[in-house]
Amino acid sequence: MSPEILAVLGIPLAGGAVLALFGHWKRAAEINIAFSSATFVAAAALVVRVVDRGPFASFENQLFVDALNVFLVALTAFVAMTTSIFSRPYMRIEQEHGKLTVARLRLYHSMYQLFSFTMLLVLLSNNLGVTWVATEAATLTTVLLVSLYRTPASLEAAWKYFILCGVGIAQALFGTILVYLAAGKVLGSGMDALLWTELAQVRGSLEPTVMSIAFVFLLVGYGTKVGLVPLHNWLPDAHAEGPTPVSAVLSGLLLNVALYALVRFKVLADGALGAEFASRLLMGFGILSVAVAAFFLSRQRDIKRMFAYSSIEHMGLITFAFGIGSPVAAFAGLLHMTVHSLTKSAIFFAVGHAAQKTGTQVMEDIRGLVKVSPTVGWGLILGTVAILGMPPFGVFASEFLILTTAMREQPWATPILLVSLGVAFAAVFGKVQPMVFGETTAKRLPHPPALVPVFLHLALALMLGLYIPPYLASWYREAARLIG
Amino acid sequence: MITAAFANQIINLFAAVMLLLAFAMLAQRRVLSLIDLFAMQGLVLTLSTGFVAYTTGQTHLWFSAGITFALKVVLLPWILYRLIRQLDVKWDVEGLINIPTTMLIGIVLVILSFNVALPISQIAGTITKGTLGIALASVLLAFLMMITRSKAVPQVIGFLAMENGLFFAATAATYGMPMVVELGIALDVLVGVVILGVFFFQIRERFDSLDIRHLEKLKEE
Repeated sequence: MSPEILAVLGIPLAGGAVLALFGHWKRAAEINIAFSSATFVAAAALVVRVVDRGPFASFENQLFVDALNVFLVALTAFVAMTTSIFSRPYMRIEQEHGKLTVARLRLYHSMYQLFSFTMLLVLLSNNLGVTWVATEAATLTTVLLVSLYRTPASLEAAWKYFILCGVGIAQALFGTILVYLAAGKVLGSGMDALLWTELAQVRGSLEPTVMSIAFVFLLVGYGTKVGLVPLHNWLPDAHAEGPTPVSAVLSGLLLNVALYALVRFKVLADGALGAEFASRLLMGFGILSVAVAAFFLSRQRDIKRMFAYSSIEHMGLITFAFGIGSPVAAFAGLLHMTVHSLTKSAIFFAVGHAAQKTGTQVMEDIRGLVKVSPTVGWGLILGTVAILGMPPFGVFASEFLILTTAMREQPWATPILLVSLGVAFAAVFGKVQPMVFGETTAKRLPHPPALVPVFLHLALALMLGLYIPPYLASWYREAARLIG
Repeated sequence: MITAAFANQIINLFAAVMLLLAFAMLAQRRVLSLIDLFAMQGLVLTLSTGFVAYTTGQTHLWFSAGITFALKVVLLPWILYRLIRQLDVKWDVEGLINIPTTMLIGIVLVILSFNVALPISQIAGTITKGTLGIALASVLLAFLMMITRSKAVPQVIGFLAMENGLFFAATAATYGMPMVVELGIALDVLVGVVILGVFFFQIRERFDSLDIRHLEKLKEE
């Protein structure tokens, strides 16, 4: 039993329980930050241990850490921590605007911790059945957060989220059952036949017909949660109607986590079927998502909805990169996962405060942010430039890598990708620019906004664009080797 | 001791009843009867799981049967009944669906499921493998039910019926998932229903109705 893993999972779980009891206290937001920070410290300790001693399994092999998931664990714990810091003043302002009651804040804080727990469990679980259970639990913990404001639109968004993700994830369960069936032929029935580490060793001898059907069901199931077109309908609504900290973690973390689960299954499917089958499906869904989302961007009026579509676009790009399957592409996909997660959550932080200042999420009514609050304005415009793939930010580096790899290995896809990225640039920049500059009548906020997380995330994204530390690069390479 | 052929017949009988109940749910318009049908499906599931446990000697299936009985025959129908009483929607009858068309689509889905399941069931080594097609059909029929309903409660029952189908599939293909996973799934389902219960009240408070056609405002312009 590794104490690090126990801490990474135990702290948010305990946090959920503590905040369920005391979440209505005045200092609940600080308790929330404390638990999230402690989780991050534990995750950092876990990273140190993996760097020191290499991958290991724990808790009777039910949990495991390797290069691929440890980096996502660190990223998840980090963004969860910064989001909790952002959420303290944000939720306080929402409360003063009369949008929230104390009882709902208690629900919010408790569910926030439990949501972190379920995501970390998906990442650390070696048992593919438990991965499924935790993914479903992640939906359950966030449903009531999406409907936190109890407005008609938020109720509708939450209902859609629950039903669509519930149905989607049910398909993934069927896929998991089929994988278990295929594994049972090789490993015998019982617990071991669902352990990823066991399956990865025998993946070459898994029954191909069953694995191909299983992978289709898994792709539909987890793909719904990733937000791949045409299974993406819940995503813009849930992002736009929920509180902004929830949008930030949904977009920055949950989508990554779902994609991670899918990638684990891709590795198994590749072993059984050869690389072609899963790759084609992932590339197809990926490129469709990029193209459709890019064209929907220009039609949005609500700022959070627009950035939700931008998340679909980027998840599509990452899925495409994993679909190409070569180590360079997988490297680029992992890098893009990291920088997208950092940048998109930073954007949502800035957007949240911008919407609070102007009292609206409609983009046409938000103007002149730089004049009212220079930091929010600059945060938003820098984040937008970063997410659109402008150098020197990290998104540029990863998109450049994906595009050049696509040119070499899948030339047919390059024009579609380039056009989509161009359209996305025109749409998003054209809308954000007048919001940041231009005339305004907006008022000041009662609490100073928390902008440290915004600039911290952007600084990290900038650093990853200019310089990837060698240990991080070798880590990505090792993770890419696992996928490829 | 029961002969294999006889055991097979019994299992097929249970599977046939499952499918029949799935169709009955598709055709049922009254919410309370729908809950009864759901409970009956749970009972058939319990009996068939118990029977498979008895004939194959897979002890963990007895636990699965127990959980299924507690959750799907007792607890969930009770929660749903309570919800309906509290929300006072007993009269909730839906009139807008064209049942014959739905049934025809349902038949197409059954044929489709048998085709998909055929290669899989040839590989499975269980005595229940012949029922995999029916299991997949129950999943898809429940899915169809969710699509065609416009009220919140029937949609949720469809969701739960889908989980029944998946459970049946797991028993048919592999004699059930490992215990931890099954417990996790049961917990998810239970928590899901409780959350939906909370959610119903929120929807009702806001719209004075559980008709989810109110929930169709968020669209792309």
